[in-house]
Amino acid sequence: MAVKDYIRERFFPHMLCPGCGHGTVMGGMLRAIENLGLTKNEIVMVSGIGCSSRISGYVDFHTLHTIHGRALAFAAGVKMSRPELKLLVPMGDGDALAIGGNHFIHAARRNIDITAIVMNNRIYGMTGGQFSPLTGYGKMAATAPYGNIDQAFDTVALALAAGAGFVARTTTYHIHQLVEIMEKAIDYKGFSVVEVLTQCPTYFGRRNRLGSAAKMLEHFKNTTTPMGSKAKQENPALIERGIFAQRDLPEYCAEYAKIIEKARKEA
Amino acid sequence: MADQIRFLQGNEACVEAALYAGLNFFAGYPITPSSEIMEQMAVRLPRLGGKFLQMEDEIASMCAIIGASLTGSKVMTATSGPGFSLMQEALGYAIMTEIPCVVVNVQRGGPSTGLPTNVSQGDVNQARWGTHGEHAIVAMTASSHQDLFAVTVDAFNIAETFRTPVILLFDEVIGHMRERLVLPQPGEIPLVERLRTAVPRGVDYHPYLPREDGRLPMSDFGGDHRYNVTGLFHDMWGFPSDNPQVVHGLLRHLVDKIQNNVHQIARFKEYYLEDATTILVSYGSSARSALHLVENRRNRGERLGLLELQTLWPFPYGMVREKCARARYVVVVEMNMGQIMREVKIAVEQPDRVFLANRIDGVYITPTDIRNILRLIQGKGV
Repeated sequence: MAVKDYIRERFFPHMLCPGCGHGTVMGGMLRAIENLGLTKNEIVMVSGIGCSSRISGYVDFHTLHTIHGRALAFAAGVKMSRPELKLLVPMGDGDALAIGGNHFIHAARRNIDITAIVMNNRIYGMTGGQFSPLTGYGKMAATAPYGNIDQAFDTVALALAAGAGFVARTTTYHIHQLVEIMEKAIDYKGFSVVEVLTQCPTYFGRRNRLGSAAKMLEHFKNTTTPMGSKAKQENPALIERGIFAQRDLPEYCAEYAKIIEKARKEA
Repeated sequence: MADQIRFLQGNEACVEAALYAGLNFFAGYPITPSSEIMEQMAVRLPRLGGKFLQMEDEIASMCAIIGASLTGSKVMTATSGPGFSLMQEALGYAIMTEIPCVVVNVQRGGPSTGLPTNVSQGDVNQARWGTHGEHAIVAMTASSHQDLFAVTVDAFNIAETFRTPVILLFDEVIGHMRERLVLPQPGEIPLVERLRTAVPRGVDYHPYLPREDGRLPMSDFGGDHRYNVTGLFHDMWGFPSDNPQVVHGLLRHLVDKIQNNVHQIARFKEYYLEDATTILVSYGSSARSALHLVENRRNRGERLGLLELQTLWPFPYGMVREKCARARYVVVVEMNMGQIMREVKIAVEQPDRVFLANRIDGVYITPTDIRNILRLIQGKGV
């Protein structure tokens, strides 16, 4: 199937701003799905609230658009009830790590077979550019008019510490890597986290004088480096891209199937 | 049959009833005084091949059961006041998306952490209006384990019939009290199974197009039909819409499907109402003391009666008005500051004849408490 067979074409053009990176993330995700040869009927997309969460409306899967921050909790219910389904959960940085932070770390801890895509544009776009837990110190936002004093999470370190089996990071500039990582993440049996640095020229870019979408993409090219590269040793400020973990850990639904067996024997 | 008779807690009776009704998915978070429900679910569900999840909080529990119900499971969660507060947003989502689920609130004293191990009936209005926006809701309760069993099964039936969350508003006394329960035989209480769409795979399915009778046939999410579910106002395909006609139509549908069926949803019991000049109106564990007093005073020739409500929401105004029409005094017995009394006042023709007999100190209201208040109302002094 071609990528356009995975979308609900009648809702296009989409509602995202010109230059927004979220479409690139969606495109990368759909190419990965195409490469994996998955059918539309086996995929459930669960999303919360925000720009990123609107993606679920544009793809022709089983789509569940829920409430702010709780997509992973809904997804856990769907997955436990129907373990044969593939669960994809696109989330914004605020959705995933502020209001949804608790669900994020606990889904990671359980290592339940869900793919969480954290679309990190470092801002709340839908509500008009307030700072998020990934905005970072010193940056400007509608609610940090004198500069942000909140420190940022490191999504990768957080996911690793919380126990996610698969953890990766890339950007909307590195589209080939994005597709490759998405494929591996979706294929992984366990909780997979893909952080994608994505540009919001409308709010984060404008407030922080980062220029056009193209300029912001160039910024991703210049400020990131492959994991363990020599460049990273020379310049520790660079952000690493790549797959940080792909661990062989017990998956939650598989473990629960064992519990059912055990309980039936003992009953 | 001897093995059909059990001596157990109300919380355990609730588990028996839920399993009888076909529950196969439970998610929850520990909280007093409801924890026995989830502990028992953890034991029983895997034996039946069902799913049990202990989530990270009550918000996640509520979200998980909604996700599971959408895929075709019969679901429930159980909590108490603080947890019930946390569930309110997701409860509204289940109302908006019309996903059947049962939420048990074993009430304790509030507000806030309040009295975790003491009884209260303070969440009656929270059950009605806890989540934001205009909506209808179903909330039910019971005063004995036998009734609790029947009401719990009914809650699942109503949830499926009307595609709505149903709240079981029990209280600490009912939850922890032990008494006899005769387990009904399979088939003894009719069960409503999910109405599934007959639209075959590949044919356009309208998940939010009600039939003429207002019911919405479901397609198990993740199954034959791919569709969208959202908490936004949505059209018959489930896609977001702010078209005023669509918004008006959906909101009316959500409210009318409950309000137009009050007669079908309203459960109640009546004792000695035929000639009663004083009618006690009560529900939950308070109704036990009310009934005790009524029977005690009947023996002395006093014309006392009891109207026991099992459905609190939608409030059966017409029924209450009719039953109380000839009473000189209507006394509402409850363990809050008059949450149901206000509804009774709205229901009856002469609201100045409606009085309150209550306790709000975490102590179970006794027949003596009610009698003392009754004497004051009747001008007899304590």
